[in-house]
Amino acid sequence: MEQQLEQLKQEALQKIEDAPSVKELNDVRVAYLGKKGPITDLLKGMGKLPAEERPKMGALVNVVRETVTTSLEEKMELLEQQAVNEKLEKETIDITLPGRPVKLGNHHPLTRVVEDIEDFFISMGYEVAEGPEVEQDYYNFEALNLPKGHPARDMQDSFYITEDVLLRTHTSPVQARTMAAKKGEPIKIICPGKVYRRDSDDATHSHQFTQIEGLVVGEDIRMSDLKGTLALFAKKMFGEEREIRLRPSFFPFTEPSVEMDISCFKCGGSGCNVCKKTGWIEILGSGMVHPNVLEMAGYDPTVFTGFAFGMGPERIAMLKYGVEDIRHFFTNDMRFISQFNRTEV
Amino acid sequence: MYVSTKWLENYVDTKGIAPADLAEKITRAGIEVDTIIDRSEGLTNIVVGHVESCEKHPEADKLNICQVNVGEETVQIICGAPNVAAGQNIIAALPGAKLPGGMKIKKAKLRGEVSNGMICSLQELGVEGKTVAKAYAEGIYVLPADAKPGTDALSLLGLDDVILEFDLTPNRADALSMLGVAYEVGAILSQDVKLPKIEYTASNEKAEDFLKLKVEAKEDNPMYIAKVVKNVKVAESPLWLQNYLMAAGVRPHNNVVDITNFVLLEYGQPLHAFDYDRLATKEIVVRHAVEGEKITTLDDVERTLRAGQLVITNGKEPVALAGVMGGANSEVYDGTTTVVIESAYFAPASVRKTSKDVGLRSDASTRLEKGVDPNRVAEAAERAAQLLSELAGGEVLAGSVQFDELNKESVRIILSPDYVNRRLGMKIPMDEMVSILERLQIPVEAANGQLIVDAPTRRQDLRIKEDLIEEIARLYGYDEIPMTLPIGESVPGGLSSFQEKRRLVRRYLESAGLYQAITYSLTSRAESQSFALETAPVTELLMPMSEDRSVLRQSLLPHLLEATTYNVARRIDTVSLYETGSVFLGTQEDGLPKEVGHVAAVITGKWVNHAWQQENKKVDFFVMKGIIEGLMDTLGLTEKVTYTKATHDGLHPGRTADILLNGEVVGVLGQLHPSEQKKRDLKETYVTEINLALLLAESAEALVYEQVPRYPSMSRDIALVVSKDEAAGSLMEIIQEAGGKLLKDVTVFDLYEGDKVDEGMKSLAFSLTYFDADRTLTDEEVVTRHDKVLAALKEKSGAVLRG
Ligand SMILES: [Zn+2]
Repeated sequence: MEQQLEQLKQEALQKIEDAPSVKELNDVRVAYLGKKGPITDLLKGMGKLPAEERPKMGALVNVVRETVTTSLEEKMELLEQQAVNEKLEKETIDITLPGRPVKLGNHHPLTRVVEDIEDFFISMGYEVAEGPEVEQDYYNFEALNLPKGHPARDMQDSFYITEDVLLRTHTSPVQARTMAAKKGEPIKIICPGKVYRRDSDDATHSHQFTQIEGLVVGEDIRMSDLKGTLALFAKKMFGEEREIRLRPSFFPFTEPSVEMDISCFKCGGSGCNVCKKTGWIEILGSGMVHPNVLEMAGYDPTVFTGFAFGMGPERIAMLKYGVEDIRHFFTNDMRFISQFNRTEV
Repeated sequence: MYVSTKWLENYVDTKGIAPADLAEKITRAGIEVDTIIDRSEGLTNIVVGHVESCEKHPEADKLNICQVNVGEETVQIICGAPNVAAGQNIIAALPGAKLPGGMKIKKAKLRGEVSNGMICSLQELGVEGKTVAKAYAEGIYVLPADAKPGTDALSLLGLDDVILEFDLTPNRADALSMLGVAYEVGAILSQDVKLPKIEYTASNEKAEDFLKLKVEAKEDNPMYIAKVVKNVKVAESPLWLQNYLMAAGVRPHNNVVDITNFVLLEYGQPLHAFDYDRLATKEIVVRHAVEGEKITTLDDVERTLRAGQLVITNGKEPVALAGVMGGANSEVYDGTTTVVIESAYFAPASVRKTSKDVGLRSDASTRLEKGVDPNRVAEAAERAAQLLSELAGGEVLAGSVQFDELNKESVRIILSPDYVNRRLGMKIPMDEMVSILERLQIPVEAANGQLIVDAPTRRQDLRIKEDLIEEIARLYGYDEIPMTLPIGESVPGGLSSFQEKRRLVRRYLESAGLYQAITYSLTSRAESQSFALETAPVTELLMPMSEDRSVLRQSLLPHLLEATTYNVARRIDTVSLYETGSVFLGTQEDGLPKEVGHVAAVITGKWVNHAWQQENKKVDFFVMKGIIEGLMDTLGLTEKVTYTKATHDGLHPGRTADILLNGEVVGVLGQLHPSEQKKRDLKETYVTEINLALLLAESAEALVYEQVPRYPSMSRDIALVVSKDEAAGSLMEIIQEAGGKLLKDVTVFDLYEGDKVDEGMKSLAFSLTYFDADRTLTDEEVVTRHDKVLAALKEKSGAVLRG
């Protein structure tokens, strides 16, 4: 009987090992461990054995049953794992297919430039001042040392509404208004906004464009303060390695007046097509506030001095991003605007 | 202003400095040199030739076979110019020569005849056509008889020259003359300026016996000088003079006219030459024109004058438009023998006005309108007299006829070195300042620690201390200015709450899928009020450049839609744009329109487009409404905003809503009217425009967190069949009212219109969430409350409960 038992065990284990699937394994379980199986039969047949052999045989049968059961369970686990793996294999997807697009828009490039400039000057303690786009001749010209009849204020260059009202030609009237409103208080402002000139639209001209200007007024503001401020700005906006240089220029509302160049951010100063081989790029105009301007706004020019600067976000964007035609900024082609959707750092 | 470095050399020593370096120095000191033009660039092997014979080419009508002496030898050159002739000295480009534009001269055969080079026009040497004397404008250039064959033609023509093109700022009118440039360059290089020596022998006869002068318009003409020169022989100017004029971009005419132009360029003082005999009356009267008076100017245009324009007359009729252009009736011509040279100071404003009125700008008027040097008016007349005597054989009559009430005083400016240094943030020593001013030839005296400066009248831009600070700083060098930051109390900078929230609005809209557009404020009259939330009288330009840009907008939508059409026309089917900007309404007390900040958006095409998983969804009303609801949520205004059905011009009558803030309309949203869509070549398109100023003026409530729920909520669904006209919004209001405090939330989860409900009806399903923050609700409580909701619906809406 022992022999019979051993044979049964080997037979069962072999069948377990051979079982290719859960179903066949279950058939093996039923065949060997089921109520009609050989092991059960053996246990039933134990009654025919002598009483003293029964415990021994019982133990033996149990060992065989446990061995078979354990083996069955192990195999079952293995088969289940295999089944899962097969299922997962079937679920495999092509991860190279594109994801579901997230609907996102972005800033217009001019806003991007303007906000960058605003943020730098805000960090330096400036407020952002805005004013009307339709201005009085007084604020647009007269208060800025451009009296009536001054050659620089040709009717042909401006969009007049009436003799005394026009579309502002620069954001400088915001400075004049701020000075008039602050009545002798120190000022630190940055003024972004739309401006208008009587130009035919072409690749480099636009009848509407953007300006951003800054104004600092206080006691003993020096030209060196202007230079220091602009140098910091140039580094922040165009890169840590940027150098600046000032060149004499002329604006009616500043004296002395200067233009600021920055060392070319494309070639670093060795000369390229961006800087027209000079190594320098003209970025902004600036100067010390003209005493007449201070005086007209009610500031004593012997006590108060100041500096002002102004630049064109279109020009900066054109230089930075290589945009060749100013009209792109106002055509609003989605294929243009959507390119400005990512960080530059 | 074109500055010939060769000409400049007459007044200031620039030897040893390469033109490019000189240009850089000038630019850094204050006058921008725009371009450097090397006139001999690319030119080689170009010599003087003498045409010994010239015969027609047997095979070609238009060609001539010339035997040309080019120094060592005589060569055959075929020439097609109509004006070539035996006996001429010409410009010969010999084989191996290079011309501008890379053209290379080679030995060639033209219709069987050998040509050993080319006879050149000035244009072929790179001279601009408009500066070539008319006699040679259409053919080859003929050199003077004394030119030596075989010698370098370039130096003879002054083409061995480098021109600096100045981009002058309006304050530097002093540099509109070679002498002015010489002062500037002299200061930069620490060199003296050599002024022309004016010497000539005057006749015994007196100018005043030949000519009478009366200035009636003294304000506009405070100084007038006339010199009379007899026995002038009008001819071609010497080549050197013509070369200088051409270098400056001026076309040579004859010696008299050329001399006036030369002196204008040299001194910056415009001159005019009259034919004395053609003046006829021996008299000059300067007065204002009478309305309707006529003059034919040098350009042969008859011009009708307006009252107030300053004219030079012969006592009877105008002979010149003062400072702008001479008259044809008194023009110098080949037969002229006696010349009257006019040098005058005309008031800048008067010249500017006349020049603008008649639409004529000349080298003279551009200088006069900026104000010429009062102390050079007389000198320039003398210089012209001298040159007429030297170059035109003229006999200068003694003295001049003049009127002079012009203020020629210089402006005295006193400033302390400390003042200069405090403004600049520098420590420039006083003697350095004195030295700089002296280099500029600006009279200065240092006394009692002050600089006493007499600004020369040639520098009209020097008026106040700051002007001198600029002079000192620019020549000391802006590179020397240190870098500092403003001292003094600093205040925190920042954005106003409006500006901050406007940034928030932009960022939100972009995260919601919209791209920022910037469109023009100027539009056409027809579009100016389309879609406007509020209309008021439009703001119109006095002189628009075109009808399309003649009026300021009262809505952002027309241009946003234009941009949408632009994109769609380029096969960008899905467009989602927004803009923040101002609209312009009416006129306020200060004469300016009211400017109101708006935000507008346009969407068209597919909103969801995930093609390979077949997820596509067109834009619809609720996409736009969802964006706006999200915006209101972001601004903390959800509780204060409602939507009511509305109709607006240009919008779909069944798919348009007003947006109300605290019950006041602040905006609109809806579908573009199908007829508008068709007109604009758009498919289904949704738009919104909101008064941003009103929206952002409303403050959000303080943000205090609500406890995260600790007790469960319970949901109940209701399905109703109602008439199609019944608004979900009003049903939700009924539900909310009846649900009371325990009803936390109501959402629509299904809408059905179709076969399974009766005609004219729809089925709407709501999900209601009941909740109490302090305890778990019992079933009975919820049932009681829910029954009240159902009863209210039945009573107030006539809704039939479904399923
Ligand atoms: Zn570069």
